[in-house]
Amino acid sequence: MEKPTNNRAWLLVLPVLGVVAFSAVIPLMTVVNYSVQDILGPDQHVFVGTEWFRKVLRDPELHGALRRQLGFSLAVLAIEIPLGIGLALALPMKGRAASVAIVVLALPLLIPWNVVGTIWQIFGRGDIGLLGVAINGLGLSYNYTADALDAWLTVLAMDVWHWTPLVALLCYSGLRAIPEPFYQAARIDGASAWATFRYIQLPRLRGVLTIAVLLRFMDSFMIYTEPFVLTGGGPGNSTTFLSQYLTRLAVGQFDLGPAAAFSLIYFLVVLLFSYVFYTAMTQAGRSEAQ
Amino acid sequence: MRVSRVITPLYLLLSLVPIYWLLGMSLKTNEEILGAFSLIPRAPTLDNYITIFTDPDWNQGYINSLTYVAINTVLSVVLALPAAYAFSRYRFLGDTHLFFWLLSNRMAPPAVFLLPFFQLYSSIGLFDTPWAVALSHMLFTVPLAVWILEGFMSGVPREIDETAYIDGYSFPRFFLRIFLPLVRSGVGVTAFFCFMFSWVELLLARTLTSVDTKPIAATMTRTVSAAGMDWGVLAAAGMLTLVPGAVVIYFVRNYIAKGFALGRV
Repeated sequence: MEKPTNNRAWLLVLPVLGVVAFSAVIPLMTVVNYSVQDILGPDQHVFVGTEWFRKVLRDPELHGALRRQLGFSLAVLAIEIPLGIGLALALPMKGRAASVAIVVLALPLLIPWNVVGTIWQIFGRGDIGLLGVAINGLGLSYNYTADALDAWLTVLAMDVWHWTPLVALLCYSGLRAIPEPFYQAARIDGASAWATFRYIQLPRLRGVLTIAVLLRFMDSFMIYTEPFVLTGGGPGNSTTFLSQYLTRLAVGQFDLGPAAAFSLIYFLVVLLFSYVFYTAMTQAGRSEAQ
Repeated sequence: MRVSRVITPLYLLLSLVPIYWLLGMSLKTNEEILGAFSLIPRAPTLDNYITIFTDPDWNQGYINSLTYVAINTVLSVVLALPAAYAFSRYRFLGDTHLFFWLLSNRMAPPAVFLLPFFQLYSSIGLFDTPWAVALSHMLFTVPLAVWILEGFMSGVPREIDETAYIDGYSFPRFFLRIFLPLVRSGVGVTAFFCFMFSWVELLLARTLTSVDTKPIAATMTRTVSAAGMDWGVLAAAGMLTLVPGAVVIYFVRNYIAKGFALGRV
């Protein structure tokens, strides 16, 4: 059924637009200003055009960080989305078990990000941490502070532990919003569990899944606090992601111009990828509906 | 389904291991944490918790955080509800672009926005108030709330709206009495996510506050001193930050877990 056109619906959207425009557009304009100026003093701004953009785009360190970032974000999506859907399907649906499961599931989400990094920092240590001791006990050599691959995998494991519950909770609440008659019809038709999932649950989850994929992509693409606390970006540059590189520019060296140019490029990259994911998922829905 | 009966508890148990580790650390002295590996604290001590409970800075930190998180959650959900309804039910000028633009505000890297944010909130006299943090967090909670709620509202058949209007319901009455109960699992999960993202965010909260309204997460960074990290106190504070969130999720769990009841209409 087509949606009716009603331009008065703007009135319902207006409060949200006001708030977001206020706290987004003004700062964004400031950043655009920074990106084309050289700031020499409080009142000395020199227009430099695209100099910062050129400087940042030619930086080999940035290319490395971008490659690591893309690999990390794709790995995060490939693990967390299927795992989250699976968990949501397997969680108990009612009674005390459901309450306990939801509360336990959500716990990792509620720890401030700096504390998440801190826990894993000790947790992963080979001498005094449970994870490190356990892995070394299995006879594998593991040291996230010295080995680049170990560090990278530790950040990945930490992210999966921390954020899979978000996907699972979204999918779970999405599953609960499927009207019971849909399942009754499936039962009458004698649909298998897989067919029920494929033709009833998955299409109905498309909305929440789109949000889950976009959120996990955006947030993993901007991951900062956890790897910063855990490894400080090392060993070497193995866990230096884009955000850390950016913060080094903006806060560490106080290069506001290049940092602003960089964050605009960064913003466009996230926007581009998100748009591709978003279009792909809504198109998939449309072709399914036909 | 027999497999899931094993896998789910196993996953939940595994996800508790790092939290168990946090609990263990919070009951140990710094010497024990850094001294040697121990699965169970050898000499459990509540000193770390006592340090927190007797220090007014910590208590105040909790209150400050809860204040701006509450403002943020309530405002985000209340503002997002009508907007999500508009997006899910009507076509209007620029709707699809507007919808995507909303979410794109989440994609801005926070590190470089710190300074503009600081300037903006200072210039309107909100710096160091809970409102500054709540508003800045709304930049990413409001779009999220609109998106999640829109997803749930689109799942409700439009015939329900039309039947209600034919029955003589006014829009506000229909919205509150019929529509909201139908999307309650969405409202529950949205409120929880707004709470959660605002509760754990540190960078903006720390930048936009100085003395009066310092959040709990900023108080935590104080434990990093010249003598090194005070791991035990940090772990205890981490355990305590779980409490309000666990309470919130416990209360909204019914919304999240309640099924979709078409029969009510």
